[in-house]
Amino acid sequence: MLEIADVVQEGKSQKSFFFRHSIDSKPGQFIMVWLPSVDEKPMAVSYRSKNEFAFTSQAIGIFTNALDRLKKGDKLGIRGPYGNSFSLKNNSCVVAGGVGISSVSTLIDSLKNPLIIYGARSKENLIYMKRYEDKKMIIATDDGSFGRKGFTTDALDELLSTKKIKIVYTCGPEIMMKKIFEICRKHKVELEASLERYMACGFGICGKCMINDRICCIDGPIFNSKQLNQMPDFGNFARLKSGRKVTLKEYHSVH
Amino acid sequence: MLKTNLCSIQLKNPTILASGILGVTKESVDRIGKSGAGAVTLKSLCHEERAGNANPTMFSYDGTFLNAVGLPGQGIDSAMKDFGRLDNLSVPVIGSIYGYRIGQFGEVAKKMASLKPAMIEVDISCPHMDYGKPYYADPQLTAKVTKTVKQNTGKIPVSIKLSPNVYDIKEIAHAAEKSGADAITAINTATGMVIDINAKKPILANKIGGISGPALKPIAVRCVYEIYETVNIPIIGTGGVTYGKDAIEMVMAGATAVGIGTGIYYRGNEVFRKVCDEMIQWMKKNKVKNLGEIQGAAHK
Repeated sequence: MLEIADVVQEGKSQKSFFFRHSIDSKPGQFIMVWLPSVDEKPMAVSYRSKNEFAFTSQAIGIFTNALDRLKKGDKLGIRGPYGNSFSLKNNSCVVAGGVGISSVSTLIDSLKNPLIIYGARSKENLIYMKRYEDKKMIIATDDGSFGRKGFTTDALDELLSTKKIKIVYTCGPEIMMKKIFEICRKHKVELEASLERYMACGFGICGKCMINDRICCIDGPIFNSKQLNQMPDFGNFARLKSGRKVTLKEYHSVH
Repeated sequence: MLKTNLCSIQLKNPTILASGILGVTKESVDRIGKSGAGAVTLKSLCHEERAGNANPTMFSYDGTFLNAVGLPGQGIDSAMKDFGRLDNLSVPVIGSIYGYRIGQFGEVAKKMASLKPAMIEVDISCPHMDYGKPYYADPQLTAKVTKTVKQNTGKIPVSIKLSPNVYDIKEIAHAAEKSGADAITAINTATGMVIDINAKKPILANKIGGISGPALKPIAVRCVYEIYETVNIPIIGTGGVTYGKDAIEMVMAGATAVGIGTGIYYRGNEVFRKVCDEMIQWMKKNKVKNLGEIQGAAHK
């Protein structure tokens, strides 16, 4: 159990929870966060320095709303880091959707001059704006309340039509990532995407997070274009806690 | 050297993926098959869909692993569509089934049998069930379940998976054999608990879990040893097998084949190939030509 050293309100319903502990994680890896008597869920490491790390959570379900009520000094069980990590290539573009930016934030910190395309529903859901004020960023909101009105996918399509980019990194709603996958294929640009599935163990034995023949928690959560191409479930299906395969829409209505 | 005949099923080696680890999808079965397992047991299925327990469902420390996944599963009807046939995969598949009531064991077994698995394993021993009296703890109930399943599975061999959480495992094994079981899988996890002293709470959401991994091995070896003295049907020795020497030990206790589950946590999917390589090394060094030579050796 680790004590929460700090809670930072990042957006309307997004908070970062800081711990004064070092963690040996690479960009893209996740930790399992246990709130006793509530649940345990995977969370991306969203900040990492020598003696400190954090994860960022958006209050949307029972677990994340319970996290939202925690204060400095409360304790959480943390295990990990787990999963693979992003490659770190130059001349890159990072596309983030919503709170998905927390899964690529330590990647952004590690890359040399990445170009960031960041989308959210509205201005109040944009986070890390101060953190990345020095970065090259294209912001898109669905309602046009900040930056350009529209989707990250259109911004990426335009960018790749005019600029030579070596690799695109992405995390956000899977439907967005599926579109990004298609755009990258069209422009013949490499892609690495961070996927999410219901997880229990985090280390590859319970089999709950299977995406076709890949185990999301150990083979992923980062998958490249070649792998995504062999994963028909990507953008279409996910497995419920019971193991039954359902459409992503049904999956998101439950998990 | 490792070729194994289990109830007339020819296995390229005696290592079998134990039920409950991966084995949830067709693709994961194929994957374990490719990583060297002699056979793969599916995660147990029953007559309905179950989400299982809340997280955390697993915890490990030192040589101990605890889980209380609570038998999640998509249910046999959904699995029939998801898996299709089970006899055309890269490895022999053992279909694991259970029910809440005895009739449901039969119902699920019949559906499982229609998928043509190489064998059907009956999980009468999961410690997390909260439906009535545990079938694993009473020889008469074990006999009833065994008979019901056998009536519904035709020629497919049936193995009954036993629990160590009983006073006398011998009488349970005997009841299963007498009722027509073709094999015994021994053992399921032993019940245990781990408390986080900072949270002052059991770590698993279910509080009590099943112990697996190296901590379970001596219990499993003892059970296999006792069962071997009691029955004539083959035993799939399961519990804490992580290295080749553990598998040899199981065979010496009397096992025909060896289940590996939590071993994947310690050594990855490659554990099957590694265990087999280590068994061969030991056999060569000790001039043992096949496992039959050492099966039950500890009893002599």
